[in-house]
Amino acid sequence: MSNAADWSAAELRDAIARGELDPRDAARAALDRATAVGAGREGLNILLYQDDDCTERCRAVEYSVRDGTAGALAGVPVVVKDNIATTRLPTSCGSRILEGYVSPYAATAVARLEAAGAVVVAKSNMDEFAMGSSTENSAFGPARNPVAPDRVPGGSSGGSAAAVASGIVRIALGSETGGSVRQPAAFCGVVGVKPTYGRVSRYGLVAFASSLDQIGVFGRDVNDAATALRTIAGLDPRDSTSAADPVPDYPAAARGSLVGVVIGRPREYFPADLDPRIRTQCDRVLDAMRALGAEIRDVSLPHTGLAIQVYYIIAPAEASSNLARFDGVRYGLRIEGDGLRGMYEATRSRGFGPEVTRRILLGTYVLSAGYYDAYYRKAQQVRALIAGDFSKVFASGVHLLFTPTTPTPAFELGAKSDPYDMYLSDIFTCTANLAGVPAMSLPIGRVDGLPVGGQFIAPHFDERQMFVAAYALERVLGAEAHR
Amino acid sequence: MAVSLEDVRHVATLARLGLSDDRARALVAELNTILEHMDVLSKVETDGIEPVAGIGAAGTPLRPDSGPPDSLAHPIDAFAPRTADGFFLVPRLSTHEDPEEA
Repeated sequence: MSNAADWSAAELRDAIARGELDPRDAARAALDRATAVGAGREGLNILLYQDDDCTERCRAVEYSVRDGTAGALAGVPVVVKDNIATTRLPTSCGSRILEGYVSPYAATAVARLEAAGAVVVAKSNMDEFAMGSSTENSAFGPARNPVAPDRVPGGSSGGSAAAVASGIVRIALGSETGGSVRQPAAFCGVVGVKPTYGRVSRYGLVAFASSLDQIGVFGRDVNDAATALRTIAGLDPRDSTSAADPVPDYPAAARGSLVGVVIGRPREYFPADLDPRIRTQCDRVLDAMRALGAEIRDVSLPHTGLAIQVYYIIAPAEASSNLARFDGVRYGLRIEGDGLRGMYEATRSRGFGPEVTRRILLGTYVLSAGYYDAYYRKAQQVRALIAGDFSKVFASGVHLLFTPTTPTPAFELGAKSDPYDMYLSDIFTCTANLAGVPAMSLPIGRVDGLPVGGQFIAPHFDERQMFVAAYALERVLGAEAHR
Repeated sequence: MAVSLEDVRHVATLARLGLSDDRARALVAELNTILEHMDVLSKVETDGIEPVAGIGAAGTPLRPDSGPPDSLAHPIDAFAPRTADGFFLVPRLSTHEDPEEA
Protein backbone atom coordinates (compact mmCIF):
# COMPACT_ATOMS: atom_id res chain seq x y z
CA MET A 1 0.00 0.00 0.00
CA SER A 2 1.30 3.48 -0.84
CA ASN A 3 2.15 5.92 1.92
CA ALA A 4 -1.02 7.56 3.28
CA ALA A 5 0.85 10.86 3.39
CA ASP A 6 0.76 10.85 -0.43
CA TRP A 7 -3.01 10.48 -0.73
CA SER A 8 -5.30 13.39 -1.51
CA ALA A 9 -7.62 14.63 1.23
CA ALA A 10 -10.58 12.99 -0.52
CA GLU A 11 -8.75 9.66 -0.92
CA LEU A 12 -7.72 9.68 2.72
CA ARG A 13 -11.21 10.55 3.90
CA ASP A 14 -12.85 7.85 1.76
CA ALA A 15 -10.40 5.14 2.85
CA ILE A 16 -11.01 6.06 6.49
CA ALA A 17 -14.79 6.25 6.04
CA ARG A 18 -14.74 2.77 4.45
CA GLY A 19 -12.79 1.45 7.43
CA GLU A 20 -9.77 0.62 5.25
CA LEU A 21 -7.42 3.06 6.96
CA ASP A 22 -7.08 3.74 10.68
CA PRO A 23 -7.10 7.52 11.33
CA ARG A 24 -4.17 6.97 13.76
CA ASP A 25 -2.14 5.63 10.84
CA ALA A 26 -3.03 8.70 8.76
CA ALA A 27 -1.89 11.01 11.58
CA ARG A 28 1.23 8.90 12.12
CA ALA A 29 2.08 9.00 8.40
CA ALA A 30 1.89 12.81 8.50
CA LEU A 31 4.15 13.08 11.56
CA ASP A 32 6.57 10.48 10.14
CA ARG A 33 6.77 12.56 6.97
CA ALA A 34 7.46 15.64 9.10
CA THR A 35 10.39 13.80 10.67
CA ALA A 36 11.61 12.50 7.31
CA VAL A 37 11.70 15.95 5.70
CA GLY A 38 13.24 17.59 8.79
CA ALA A 39 10.32 19.88 9.59
CA GLY A 40 11.63 20.73 13.08
CA ARG A 41 13.88 23.50 14.43
CA GLU A 42 17.12 21.96 13.25
CA GLY A 43 15.85 21.38 9.72
CA LEU A 44 13.35 23.34 7.62
CA ASN A 45 11.86 24.82 10.81
CA ILE A 46 8.34 24.81 9.37
CA LEU A 47 6.50 23.28 12.34
CA LEU A 48 6.63 24.79 15.83
CA TYR A 49 4.43 22.38 17.79
CA GLN A 50 3.31 18.82 17.02
CA ASP A 51 0.53 16.79 18.58
CA ASP A 52 2.12 13.39 19.01
CA ASP A 53 -0.95 11.97 20.70
CA CYS A 54 -4.01 12.41 18.53
CA THR A 55 -5.64 9.31 20.07
CA GLU A 56 -8.65 11.12 21.45
CA ARG A 57 -9.37 12.94 18.18
CA CYS A 58 -8.88 9.75 16.17
CA ARG A 59 -11.26 7.86 18.45
CA ALA A 60 -13.96 10.45 17.75
CA VAL A 61 -13.35 9.95 14.02
CA GLU A 62 -13.70 6.18 14.47
CA TYR A 63 -17.03 6.62 16.25
CA SER A 64 -18.27 8.76 13.37
CA VAL A 65 -17.22 6.07 10.89
CA ARG A 66 -19.09 3.42 12.87
CA ASP A 67 -22.19 5.66 13.09
CA GLY A 68 -22.08 6.34 9.38
CA THR A 69 -21.65 10.08 10.10
CA ALA A 70 -18.03 10.50 8.92
CA GLY A 71 -17.49 14.12 7.88
CA ALA A 72 -15.98 15.54 4.70
CA LEU A 73 -12.49 15.46 6.26
CA ALA A 74 -12.81 12.38 8.50
CA GLY A 75 -9.32 11.51 9.72
CA VAL A 76 -7.55 13.95 7.40
CA PRO A 77 -4.47 15.41 9.14
CA VAL A 78 -4.15 19.19 8.91
CA VAL A 79 -1.64 21.83 9.96
CA VAL A 80 -2.74 25.18 11.43
CA LYS A 81 -0.82 28.46 11.40
CA ASP A 82 0.44 29.51 14.81
CA ASN A 83 -1.85 32.59 14.98
CA ILE A 84 -5.09 30.56 14.82
CA ALA A 85 -6.37 29.42 18.20
CA THR A 86 -6.24 25.74 19.15
CA THR A 87 -6.85 24.35 22.63
CA ARG A 88 -4.43 21.39 22.55
CA LEU A 89 -1.39 23.04 20.98
CA PRO A 90 0.07 26.50 21.76
CA THR A 91 -0.88 29.62 19.77
CA SER A 92 2.21 31.82 19.96
CA CYS A 93 1.98 33.86 16.71
CA GLY A 94 5.67 33.21 16.14
CA SER A 95 6.35 35.63 19.02
CA ARG A 96 8.20 35.56 22.33
CA ILE A 97 5.37 37.55 23.86
CA LEU A 98 3.01 34.57 23.46
CA GLU A 99 5.53 31.77 23.80
CA GLY A 100 3.83 28.76 25.38
CA TYR A 101 0.35 30.37 25.38
CA VAL A 102 -2.41 27.80 24.98
CA SER A 103 -5.75 29.34 24.00
CA PRO A 104 -8.76 28.65 26.22
CA TYR A 105 -10.96 28.44 23.10
CA ALA A 106 -10.62 27.23 19.52
CA ALA A 107 -11.01 29.32 16.39
CA THR A 108 -14.25 28.73 14.50
CA ALA A 109 -12.27 27.60 11.43
CA VAL A 110 -10.46 25.00 13.54
CA ALA A 111 -13.68 23.89 15.24
CA ARG A 112 -15.33 23.44 11.83
CA LEU A 113 -12.39 21.44 10.47
CA GLU A 114 -12.54 19.22 13.56
CA ALA A 115 -16.32 18.87 13.33
CA ALA A 116 -15.75 17.56 9.78
CA GLY A 117 -13.29 15.01 11.21
CA ALA A 118 -9.94 16.68 10.50
CA VAL A 119 -7.10 16.01 12.94
CA VAL A 120 -4.82 18.96 13.78
CA VAL A 121 -1.33 17.44 13.91
CA ALA A 122 0.83 20.58 14.15
CA LYS A 123 1.07 24.37 14.35
CA SER A 124 3.25 26.01 11.73
CA ASN A 125 5.98 28.63 11.82
CA MET A 126 5.17 32.17 10.65
CA ASP A 127 6.45 35.73 10.62
CA GLU A 128 5.82 37.20 14.06
CA PHE A 129 2.18 38.34 14.25
CA ALA A 130 1.98 37.67 10.48
CA MET A 131 4.20 40.69 9.77
CA GLY A 132 6.49 39.63 6.97
CA SER A 133 6.74 38.02 3.56
CA SER A 134 9.41 35.38 4.14
CA THR A 135 8.87 33.69 7.56
CA GLU A 136 12.29 35.10 8.51
CA ASN A 137 10.66 37.33 11.16
CA SER A 138 9.68 34.41 13.41
CA ALA A 139 10.99 34.64 16.98
CA PHE A 140 11.66 30.91 16.64
CA GLY A 141 14.00 31.23 13.68
CA PRO A 142 13.46 31.40 9.94
CA ALA A 143 11.67 28.66 8.02
CA ARG A 144 13.10 27.26 4.80
CA ASN A 145 11.51 26.40 1.49
CA PRO A 146 11.28 22.59 1.06
CA VAL A 147 11.74 22.99 -2.72
CA ALA A 148 15.02 24.90 -2.29
CA PRO A 149 16.19 25.06 1.35
CA ASP A 150 18.50 28.04 0.71
CA ARG A 151 15.35 30.03 -0.17
CA VAL A 152 12.49 31.41 1.91
CA PRO A 153 9.10 29.71 1.80
CA GLY A 154 7.40 33.12 1.59
CA GLY A 155 5.26 34.50 4.35
CA SER A 156 3.78 35.15 6.58
CA SER A 157 2.13 31.70 6.42
CA GLY A 158 5.38 30.12 5.21
CA GLY A 159 5.26 27.15 7.59
CA SER A 160 1.78 26.09 6.45
CA ALA A 161 2.69 26.39 2.76
CA ALA A 162 5.89 24.43 3.31
CA ALA A 163 4.05 21.72 5.30
CA VAL A 164 1.77 21.12 2.31
CA ALA A 165 4.60 21.38 -0.24
CA SER A 166 6.74 18.85 1.63
CA GLY A 167 3.89 16.32 1.72
CA ILE A 168 3.28 16.38 5.49
CA VAL A 169 -0.40 17.24 5.00
CA ARG A 170 -2.70 17.93 2.07
CA ILE A 171 -4.51 20.80 3.81
CA ALA A 172 -3.29 23.62 6.04
CA LEU A 173 -4.79 26.83 7.40
CA GLY A 174 -3.03 30.15 6.96
CA SER A 175 -4.06 33.76 7.32
CA GLU A 176 -3.92 36.72 4.96
CA THR A 177 -3.58 40.41 5.58
CA GLY A 178 -1.73 41.41 2.39
CA GLY A 179 -0.94 38.14 0.61
CA SER A 180 0.29 35.89 3.39
CA VAL A 181 -1.37 32.78 1.94
CA ARG A 182 -1.02 33.39 -1.80
CA GLN A 183 2.62 34.53 -1.79
CA PRO A 184 3.95 31.50 0.15
CA ALA A 185 1.69 29.23 -1.92
CA ALA A 186 3.39 30.61 -5.04
CA PHE A 187 6.90 30.26 -3.55
CA CYS A 188 6.29 26.65 -2.43
CA GLY A 189 4.27 25.40 -5.42
CA VAL A 190 0.92 24.74 -3.74
CA VAL A 191 -2.61 26.13 -3.98
CA GLY A 192 -3.49 29.02 -1.65
CA VAL A 193 -6.86 30.73 -1.31
CA LYS A 194 -7.76 34.05 0.30
CA PRO A 195 -11.55 34.11 0.55
CA THR A 196 -13.74 37.21 0.36
CA TYR A 197 -13.54 39.36 3.49
CA GLY A 198 -16.35 37.94 5.64
CA ARG A 199 -16.49 34.53 3.98
CA VAL A 200 -14.63 32.80 6.83
CA SER A 201 -15.03 33.68 10.50
CA ARG A 202 -12.07 35.47 12.09
CA TYR A 203 -13.09 34.26 15.55
CA GLY A 204 -9.91 32.85 17.08
CA LEU A 205 -7.59 34.40 14.50
CA VAL A 206 -5.24 36.64 16.49
CA ALA A 207 -5.97 40.09 15.06
CA PHE A 208 -3.30 41.93 13.06
CA ALA A 209 -5.26 44.37 10.85
CA SER A 210 -8.94 43.64 11.33
CA SER A 211 -10.26 45.24 8.13
CA LEU A 212 -7.82 43.15 6.04
CA ASP A 213 -7.37 39.87 7.96
CA GLN A 214 -8.94 36.70 6.65
CA ILE A 215 -8.23 33.01 7.29
CA GLY A 216 -7.23 31.18 4.12
CA VAL A 217 -6.49 27.61 3.06
CA PHE A 218 -3.64 25.76 1.44
CA GLY A 219 -4.11 22.60 -0.59
CA ARG A 220 -1.71 20.34 -2.42
CA ASP A 221 -4.15 20.53 -5.31
CA VAL A 222 -7.25 22.53 -6.13
CA ASN A 223 -9.64 19.92 -4.74
CA ASP A 224 -7.90 19.84 -1.36
CA ALA A 225 -8.24 23.63 -1.12
CA ALA A 226 -11.86 23.62 -2.33
CA THR A 227 -12.81 20.95 0.22
CA ALA A 228 -11.12 22.83 3.05
CA LEU A 229 -12.71 26.19 2.18
CA ARG A 230 -16.18 24.67 1.89
CA THR A 231 -15.71 23.21 5.37
CA ILE A 232 -14.68 26.42 7.16
CA ALA A 233 -16.72 29.04 5.27
CA GLY A 234 -20.02 30.57 6.34
CA LEU A 235 -21.71 32.83 8.88
CA ASP A 236 -20.50 32.70 12.47
CA PRO A 237 -22.40 34.59 15.18
CA ARG A 238 -19.06 35.05 17.00
CA ASP A 239 -17.69 37.25 14.18
CA SER A 240 -19.99 40.14 13.30
CA THR A 241 -18.06 40.72 10.06
CA SER A 242 -18.72 37.17 8.82
CA ALA A 243 -21.26 37.06 6.01
CA ALA A 244 -24.55 35.19 5.70
CA ASP A 245 -24.13 34.53 1.97
CA PRO A 246 -24.74 30.86 1.18
CA VAL A 247 -21.58 28.76 0.71
CA PRO A 248 -21.49 26.99 -2.66
CA ASP A 249 -20.22 23.44 -3.11
CA TYR A 250 -16.72 24.45 -4.22
CA PRO A 251 -15.57 20.91 -5.15
CA ALA A 252 -18.53 20.79 -7.59
CA ALA A 253 -16.76 23.56 -9.53
CA ALA A 254 -14.60 20.74 -10.93
CA ARG A 255 -17.44 20.12 -13.38
CA GLY A 256 -17.50 23.75 -14.54
CA SER A 257 -16.28 25.07 -17.87
CA LEU A 258 -14.35 28.11 -19.04
CA VAL A 259 -16.40 28.46 -22.22
CA GLY A 260 -17.66 32.04 -22.38
CA VAL A 261 -15.83 33.10 -19.22
CA VAL A 262 -14.24 36.55 -19.58
CA ILE A 263 -10.81 36.74 -17.97
CA GLY A 264 -9.23 40.14 -17.52
CA ARG A 265 -5.47 40.66 -17.85
CA PRO A 266 -4.75 43.83 -15.86
CA ARG A 267 -1.83 45.64 -17.45
CA GLU A 268 -0.57 47.02 -14.13
CA TYR A 269 0.29 43.46 -13.03
CA PHE A 270 2.46 42.87 -16.09
CA PRO A 271 4.91 45.81 -15.84
CA ALA A 272 7.83 46.18 -18.22
CA ASP A 273 10.29 45.07 -15.54
CA LEU A 274 8.40 41.86 -14.66
CA ASP A 275 10.72 38.83 -14.58
CA PRO A 276 10.48 37.65 -18.23
CA ARG A 277 10.37 34.02 -17.16
CA ILE A 278 7.29 34.72 -15.05
CA ARG A 279 5.72 36.63 -17.93
CA THR A 280 6.29 33.64 -20.21
CA GLN A 281 4.62 31.27 -17.74
CA CYS A 282 1.63 33.60 -17.42
CA ASP A 283 1.31 33.94 -21.21
CA ARG A 284 1.26 30.16 -21.47
CA VAL A 285 -1.60 30.03 -18.95
CA LEU A 286 -3.56 32.72 -20.78
CA ASP A 287 -3.15 30.76 -24.04
CA ALA A 288 -4.34 27.59 -22.29
CA MET A 289 -7.45 29.33 -20.94
CA ARG A 290 -8.17 30.78 -24.38
CA ALA A 291 -7.97 27.26 -25.79
CA LEU A 292 -10.49 26.15 -23.14
CA GLY A 293 -13.01 28.69 -24.43
CA ALA A 294 -12.30 31.70 -22.24
CA GLU A 295 -12.16 35.22 -23.63
CA ILE A 296 -9.01 37.06 -22.55
CA ARG A 297 -9.49 40.81 -22.26
CA ASP A 298 -6.88 43.50 -21.49
CA VAL A 299 -8.09 45.65 -18.60
CA SER A 300 -6.73 48.34 -16.31
CA LEU A 301 -6.81 48.81 -12.53
CA PRO A 302 -5.26 52.27 -12.56
CA HIS A 303 -4.66 52.74 -8.81
CA THR A 304 -2.69 49.49 -8.38
CA GLY A 305 0.60 51.38 -8.08
CA LEU A 306 -0.57 52.99 -4.82
CA ALA A 307 -1.59 49.78 -3.08
CA ILE A 308 1.67 49.06 -1.22
CA GLN A 309 1.73 52.57 0.24
CA VAL A 310 -1.92 52.37 1.29
CA TYR A 311 -1.46 48.90 2.73
CA TYR A 312 1.61 49.87 4.76
CA ILE A 313 -0.28 52.74 6.35
CA ILE A 314 -3.55 50.96 7.11
CA ALA A 315 -2.14 47.61 8.27
CA PRO A 316 0.37 49.07 10.78
CA ALA A 317 -2.26 51.56 12.02
CA GLU A 318 -4.71 48.76 12.79
CA ALA A 319 -1.90 46.62 14.21
CA SER A 320 -0.80 49.35 16.61
CA SER A 321 -4.28 49.24 18.09
CA ASN A 322 -4.79 45.46 18.01
CA LEU A 323 -1.41 44.65 19.54
CA ALA A 324 -2.02 46.97 22.50
CA ARG A 325 -3.61 43.97 24.23
CA PHE A 326 -0.22 42.27 24.63
CA ASP A 327 0.77 44.05 27.82
CA GLY A 328 1.77 41.33 30.28
CA VAL A 329 -1.56 41.35 32.11
CA ARG A 330 -3.89 38.70 30.73
CA TYR A 331 -1.72 36.25 28.79
CA GLY A 332 1.78 35.54 27.67
CA LEU A 333 5.04 37.09 28.75
CA ARG A 334 5.41 39.48 31.69
CA ILE A 335 8.66 41.29 32.50
CA GLU A 336 8.48 43.22 35.74
CA GLY A 337 9.50 46.90 35.60
CA ASP A 338 9.01 50.08 37.55
CA GLY A 339 5.30 50.05 38.36
CA LEU A 340 2.53 49.24 35.90
CA ARG A 341 3.89 51.39 33.12
CA GLY A 342 7.39 49.99 33.53
CA MET A 343 5.94 46.48 33.31
CA TYR A 344 4.09 47.34 30.08
CA GLU A 345 7.20 48.80 28.45
CA ALA A 346 9.56 46.06 29.60
CA THR A 347 7.17 43.30 28.53
CA ARG A 348 6.45 44.74 25.11
CA SER A 349 10.06 45.69 24.37
CA ARG A 350 11.33 42.24 25.27
CA GLY A 351 8.37 40.36 23.79
CA PHE A 352 8.10 41.93 20.32
CA GLY A 353 10.73 41.50 17.60
CA PRO A 354 12.15 44.32 15.41
CA GLU A 355 9.57 44.21 12.58
CA VAL A 356 6.61 44.19 14.97
CA THR A 357 8.12 47.09 16.92
CA ARG A 358 8.72 49.01 13.68
CA ARG A 359 5.13 48.52 12.52
CA ILE A 360 3.60 49.43 15.89
CA LEU A 361 5.59 52.67 15.87
CA LEU A 362 4.74 53.38 12.22
CA GLY A 363 1.06 52.71 12.94
CA THR A 364 1.06 54.86 16.07
CA TYR A 365 2.77 57.65 14.13
CA VAL A 366 0.28 57.71 11.23
CA LEU A 367 -2.63 57.75 13.68
CA SER A 368 -1.17 60.42 15.94
CA ALA A 369 -2.33 64.01 16.15
CA GLY A 370 -1.14 66.08 13.20
CA TYR A 371 -0.50 63.13 10.90
CA TYR A 372 -3.85 61.33 10.85
CA ASP A 373 -5.30 63.27 7.89
CA ALA A 374 -2.10 63.22 5.85
CA TYR A 375 -1.54 59.50 6.20
CA TYR A 376 -4.39 57.43 7.61
CA ARG A 377 -7.39 59.32 6.23
CA LYS A 378 -5.65 59.75 2.88
CA ALA A 379 -4.86 56.03 2.74
CA GLN A 380 -8.49 55.13 3.43
CA GLN A 381 -9.56 57.43 0.58
CA VAL A 382 -7.10 55.87 -1.85
CA ARG A 383 -8.23 52.46 -0.64
CA ALA A 384 -11.72 53.42 -1.84
CA LEU A 385 -10.22 54.20 -5.27
CA ILE A 386 -8.45 50.81 -5.38
CA ALA A 387 -11.66 48.99 -4.41
CA GLY A 388 -13.48 51.05 -7.06
CA ASP A 389 -11.04 49.82 -9.75
CA PHE A 390 -12.15 46.24 -9.07
CA SER A 391 -15.85 47.14 -8.96
CA LYS A 392 -15.60 48.90 -12.32
CA VAL A 393 -13.75 46.12 -14.09
CA PHE A 394 -16.09 43.42 -12.77
CA ALA A 395 -19.14 45.55 -13.65
CA SER A 396 -17.84 45.75 -17.22
CA GLY A 397 -18.49 42.05 -17.77
CA VAL A 398 -15.16 40.59 -16.65
CA HIS A 399 -15.70 37.46 -14.55
CA LEU A 400 -12.16 36.92 -13.26
CA LEU A 401 -8.73 38.51 -13.34
CA PHE A 402 -5.52 36.61 -13.98
CA THR A 403 -2.11 37.91 -12.84
CA PRO A 404 1.23 36.61 -11.59
CA THR A 405 1.05 36.05 -7.81
CA THR A 406 4.52 37.48 -7.17
CA PRO A 407 7.03 39.53 -9.20
CA THR A 408 9.81 36.95 -8.59
CA PRO A 409 10.17 33.33 -7.49
CA ALA A 410 11.32 32.55 -3.91
CA PHE A 411 14.37 34.59 -2.92
CA GLU A 412 17.32 33.50 -0.80
CA LEU A 413 17.27 33.77 2.98
CA GLY A 414 18.67 37.14 4.03
CA ALA A 415 18.33 38.61 0.53
CA LYS A 416 15.98 41.43 1.55
CA SER A 417 17.36 43.44 4.45
CA ASP A 418 15.58 46.72 3.60
CA PRO A 419 12.04 46.63 5.08
CA TYR A 420 10.46 48.45 2.13
CA ASP A 421 12.12 46.09 -0.34
CA MET A 422 10.47 43.20 1.54
CA TYR A 423 7.11 45.03 1.50
CA LEU A 424 7.24 45.06 -2.32
CA SER A 425 6.86 41.25 -2.25
CA ASP A 426 3.14 41.89 -1.66
CA ILE A 427 2.71 44.19 -4.66
CA PHE A 428 0.38 41.87 -6.63
CA THR A 429 -1.49 40.47 -3.65
CA CYS A 430 -2.33 43.27 -1.20
CA THR A 431 -4.85 44.86 -3.59
CA ALA A 432 -7.32 41.99 -3.05
CA ASN A 433 -7.12 42.48 0.72
CA LEU A 434 -7.66 46.23 0.39
CA ALA A 435 -10.74 45.64 -1.79
CA GLY A 436 -11.97 42.61 0.21
CA VAL A 437 -12.28 40.47 -2.93
CA PRO A 438 -11.34 36.76 -3.07
CA ALA A 439 -8.14 35.61 -4.75
CA MET A 440 -6.11 32.45 -5.09
CA SER A 441 -2.69 31.34 -6.23
CA LEU A 442 -2.05 28.08 -8.02
CA PRO A 443 1.17 26.56 -9.35
CA ILE A 444 1.59 27.25 -13.07
CA GLY A 445 5.13 26.03 -13.68
CA ARG A 446 8.74 26.52 -12.66
CA VAL A 447 11.69 28.78 -13.46
CA ASP A 448 15.13 27.35 -12.67
CA GLY A 449 13.43 24.69 -10.57
CA LEU A 450 11.53 27.25 -8.47
CA PRO A 451 7.71 27.27 -8.41
CA VAL A 452 5.76 30.10 -10.04
CA GLY A 453 2.24 31.01 -8.97
CA GLY A 454 -0.58 32.40 -11.08
CA GLN A 455 -3.31 34.39 -9.38
CA PHE A 456 -7.06 34.57 -9.96
CA ILE A 457 -9.04 37.45 -8.46
CA ALA A 458 -12.85 37.33 -8.45
CA PRO A 459 -15.77 39.57 -7.45
CA HIS A 460 -16.93 39.51 -3.82
CA PHE A 461 -18.24 36.07 -2.79
CA ASP A 462 -17.55 34.48 -6.19
CA GLU A 463 -14.87 32.04 -5.05
CA ARG A 464 -16.72 29.40 -7.06
CA GLN A 465 -15.72 31.08 -10.34
CA MET A 466 -12.05 31.01 -9.27
CA PHE A 467 -12.32 27.32 -8.52
CA VAL A 468 -13.92 26.60 -11.93
CA ALA A 469 -10.91 28.22 -13.61
CA ALA A 470 -8.39 26.61 -11.27
CA TYR A 471 -9.77 23.10 -11.75
CA ALA A 472 -9.82 23.56 -15.53
CA LEU A 473 -6.31 24.95 -15.59
CA GLU A 474 -4.96 22.25 -13.29
CA ARG A 475 -6.26 19.58 -15.65
CA VAL A 476 -4.47 21.20 -18.60
CA LEU A 477 -1.20 22.08 -16.87
CA GLY A 478 -0.97 18.62 -15.35
CA ALA A 479 1.05 17.41 -12.44
CA GLU A 480 4.32 19.02 -13.48
CA ALA A 481 3.10 22.42 -12.32
CA HIS A 482 2.71 21.01 -8.80
CA ARG A 483 5.98 19.19 -8.36
CA MET B 1 7.30 65.48 7.13
CA ALA B 2 10.53 63.99 8.44
CA VAL B 3 10.37 61.93 11.63
CA SER B 4 12.66 63.19 14.40
CA LEU B 5 14.16 61.37 17.35
CA GLU B 6 11.66 63.24 19.49
CA ASP B 7 8.80 61.87 17.37
CA VAL B 8 10.06 58.31 17.78
CA ARG B 9 10.33 58.79 21.53
CA HIS B 10 6.81 60.25 21.62
CA VAL B 11 5.12 57.46 19.69
CA ALA B 12 7.10 54.85 21.65
CA THR B 13 5.64 56.34 24.81
CA LEU B 14 2.14 56.25 23.32
CA ALA B 15 2.68 52.63 22.25
CA ARG B 16 4.17 51.61 25.62
CA LEU B 17 7.41 50.45 24.03
CA GLY B 18 10.72 50.92 25.79
CA LEU B 19 13.54 51.69 23.31
CA SER B 20 17.29 51.85 23.79
CA ASP B 21 19.02 54.99 22.47
CA ASP B 22 20.62 53.03 19.62
CA ARG B 23 17.34 51.45 18.59
CA ALA B 24 15.50 54.77 18.75
CA ARG B 25 18.12 56.41 16.47
CA ALA B 26 17.96 53.50 14.01
CA LEU B 27 14.16 53.76 13.93
CA VAL B 28 14.34 57.43 12.93
CA ALA B 29 16.10 56.41 9.72
CA GLU B 30 13.90 53.33 9.15
CA LEU B 31 10.62 55.20 9.57
CA ASN B 32 11.77 58.11 7.40
CA THR B 33 12.78 55.71 4.62
CA ILE B 34 9.37 54.01 4.74
CA LEU B 35 7.41 57.26 4.99
CA GLU B 36 9.25 58.76 2.01
CA HIS B 37 7.61 56.09 -0.13
CA MET B 38 4.21 57.14 1.25
CA ASP B 39 4.56 60.72 0.07
CA VAL B 40 3.23 59.76 -3.36
CA LEU B 41 -0.22 59.52 -1.77
CA SER B 42 -0.28 63.25 -1.10
CA LYS B 43 -0.33 63.83 -4.86
CA VAL B 44 -3.46 61.71 -5.43
CA GLU B 45 -6.64 63.71 -6.00
CA THR B 46 -9.13 62.50 -3.37
CA ASP B 47 -11.51 65.44 -3.00
CA GLY B 48 -15.00 64.11 -2.40
CA ILE B 49 -13.82 60.50 -1.94
CA GLU B 50 -15.32 58.94 1.18
CA PRO B 51 -12.66 57.09 3.18
CA VAL B 52 -13.27 53.35 3.48
CA ALA B 53 -14.75 52.75 6.92
CA GLY B 54 -15.26 48.98 6.71
CA ILE B 55 -14.81 46.50 3.92
CA GLY B 56 -17.52 44.05 4.97
CA ALA B 57 -20.67 44.05 2.86
CA ALA B 58 -23.23 43.62 5.61
CA GLY B 59 -22.59 46.50 7.98
CA THR B 60 -22.66 45.58 11.63
CA PRO B 61 -25.36 43.05 12.44
CA LEU B 62 -26.66 42.83 15.99
CA ARG B 63 -27.52 39.73 17.97
CA PRO B 64 -29.59 39.29 21.11
CA ASP B 65 -27.64 40.26 24.21
CA SER B 66 -28.40 37.00 25.97
CA GLY B 67 -27.01 33.59 26.77
CA PRO B 68 -24.10 32.52 28.93
CA PRO B 69 -20.50 33.40 28.02
CA ASP B 70 -18.52 30.76 26.16
CA SER B 71 -16.94 28.26 28.47
CA LEU B 72 -13.14 28.21 28.45
CA ALA B 73 -11.14 25.05 27.85
CA HIS B 74 -8.53 26.17 30.38
CA PRO B 75 -8.86 28.24 33.59
CA ILE B 76 -7.35 31.74 33.47
CA ASP B 77 -4.45 30.80 35.75
CA ALA B 78 -3.34 28.40 33.02
CA PHE B 79 -2.49 31.27 30.66
CA ALA B 80 -2.30 34.54 32.63
CA PRO B 81 1.03 35.73 34.08
CA ARG B 82 -0.43 36.39 37.57
CA THR B 83 -3.90 35.79 38.96
CA ALA B 84 -5.69 35.59 42.31
CA ASP B 85 -9.23 34.34 42.97
CA GLY B 86 -10.10 34.49 39.27
CA PHE B 87 -8.74 38.02 38.79
CA PHE B 88 -5.74 39.22 36.78
CA LEU B 89 -3.10 40.82 39.01
CA VAL B 90 -1.27 43.95 37.86
CA PRO B 91 1.60 45.82 39.52
CA ARG B 92 0.66 48.61 41.89
CA LEU B 93 0.04 51.92 40.11
CA SER B 94 3.00 54.15 40.96
CA THR B 95 2.09 57.62 42.16
CA HIS B 96 4.97 59.18 40.19
CA GLU B 97 3.49 58.14 36.85
CA ASP B 98 2.25 61.05 34.80
CA PRO B 99 -1.49 60.76 34.14
CA GLU B 100 -1.20 63.29 31.28
CA GLU B 101 0.55 60.71 29.11
CA ALA B 102 -2.30 58.25 29.17
